[in-house]
Amino acid sequence: MRRHPRRRKPGGLLLASTEGATFRGKFLPYGLILPQLAIVAVFFLWPTVRAVEEAFQRTNAFGTGARFSGLSNFINAFSVANEVSAVEVTVVFACLTTALAMGAGLFLAVQVDQVGRLQRVYRTLLIWTYAVPGAIAGALWLFLFEPGLGAGARVLVDLGVKWNFALHGVQAFALIVALVVWQQAAYNFLFFTAGLQMVPRDVVEAASIDGASKLARFWRVVFPLLSPTTFFLLVMNVLYAFFSSFAIIDIVTQGGPGNATTTLVYQIYRDGFQNGDTGLAGAETVILLLIAAALTAVQFRLLNRRVHYR
Amino acid sequence: MRESGLRQAFRHGALIFASATFALPLYLAFVAATHRAADLLSGVPLLPGGQLGPNLSHVLVRGLPNSAPVTTLMANSAVMALGIAVGKLVISVPAAFAVVFFRFRGRMFAFWLIFITLMLPIEVRFFPTYQVTAQFGLLNSYAGLVLPLVASATATFLFRQFFMTFPVELADAARLDGSGPLRFLWSVVLPLSKTNVAAIFVLEFVYGWNQYLWPLIVTTSQHAATVVMGIQEMISAAQSFAVPQWNLVMAVALLAMVPPVLVVVVMQRWFVKGLTAGIN
Repeated sequence: MRRHPRRRKPGGLLLASTEGATFRGKFLPYGLILPQLAIVAVFFLWPTVRAVEEAFQRTNAFGTGARFSGLSNFINAFSVANEVSAVEVTVVFACLTTALAMGAGLFLAVQVDQVGRLQRVYRTLLIWTYAVPGAIAGALWLFLFEPGLGAGARVLVDLGVKWNFALHGVQAFALIVALVVWQQAAYNFLFFTAGLQMVPRDVVEAASIDGASKLARFWRVVFPLLSPTTFFLLVMNVLYAFFSSFAIIDIVTQGGPGNATTTLVYQIYRDGFQNGDTGLAGAETVILLLIAAALTAVQFRLLNRRVHYR
Repeated sequence: MRESGLRQAFRHGALIFASATFALPLYLAFVAATHRAADLLSGVPLLPGGQLGPNLSHVLVRGLPNSAPVTTLMANSAVMALGIAVGKLVISVPAAFAVVFFRFRGRMFAFWLIFITLMLPIEVRFFPTYQVTAQFGLLNSYAGLVLPLVASATATFLFRQFFMTFPVELADAARLDGSGPLRFLWSVVLPLSKTNVAAIFVLEFVYGWNQYLWPLIVTTSQHAATVVMGIQEMISAAQSFAVPQWNLVMAVALLAMVPPVLVVVVMQRWFVKGLTAGIN
């Protein structure tokens, strides 16, 4: 496999390699791409346009009329009606889960990489949680930490913790973070393992001849070589915290107590479905869209710099 | 390079500890599913009991109050996951083929239109998408469950990346042979993409099976629910008993996680390869 040098073309970021053989056809290419375009138009573009439209409107209580309301929905979305805003919760949550899950994943991947025996057994034992549906993971952990009943809750009480995550926001937040790390560490482990397998052995050996200690060798030689994987995982972990954590939160805490575990996605669910405020939900969707767009732009840049040609 | 025994012992210790921590919630769920509900009141027993069969058949055949039998829910999950996996393949292979092997007017525009959707996972756009789906009268239907999730371009993006690795000579040869693009797609591109098609099928099946938010808002009838989202209703039903029926909830949880976990564990080596192909 050969790594292609990065190249920039006026064609744009994504269409890196298109020269070479191409077919000609008047209608065929359109026919081939049409099903995808149709579904994108109906279930992506139209809803998105609607969300933007609704974000600038206020609907009356009966849902029969809407009028232009300027930026008021956006102002409401950021107003501090709650102790903590959904944006704050989401950002802190994303930072914590990303750091912990990536740290754990990297640590375990290095241990498996360096351990002499049983590599395959350990690998199997460490990746399966990634495949568990979020909602099911939530059910398992709820059973463990249900105040007064769960096995984990009893242990915590024995240790002197006044455990009741239905009352204490910090406990609820910590529980959700721990649960996400339990799931996501496996995902990070999977990718770091693959990344470590691609680090050239001779480079590491050369460093060891230079007399660098094992730890120094890892941080100065191996870790920089892992940077494509690290950056990719950084984006994936943040995306997960922002979006895929909904199931876990809905099963375990329903965003509570108060707003302690209400992320942006959960806030949209509350405002749009439970409170029926389409304007507010629309404005929040637009905010989320912008965040997602920024994250994806970063990811595209990374993906496109490294395309493998076989 | 050989490591000292002490260092190796530390590594094994750390890995065993981590594996055990990962497995503990699963083990306790399994133990709970093998007991009567009342056995769990004074804490989860350490060892499995003999009630696994009766608990499983109870949830599979009768289900919990306010929810359909788990057999129905699992069937819905399977239809949804298969629909998403097959649907994605059917629309993404031709689309990626057109983008890579054709030059046509509006190609860039079409391309961007598709790939912009990569930024919009269903969780970002669920609220307006729900409104549109409701307008079409697709609530509580398989089409409503599947179509909005088929729209995402992940599979198209992966196929495009893969098709771009094809040597130019391949398409040249096909053209010189006088075979048209469709024939080239069918007898050259698809056979060469077998592993990728299978890998993406698996990936999308797991993605579909694990969905929670979308089925939660699109299905209101208990008979249209999927097992992953249905667990929520079951937890509240189980907690409403004088003796919480956690044994039944855990039996459902085990059933719901078997398909995705099995697929990922069985295919792990292949999976690592397929997953990393895109990022390095």
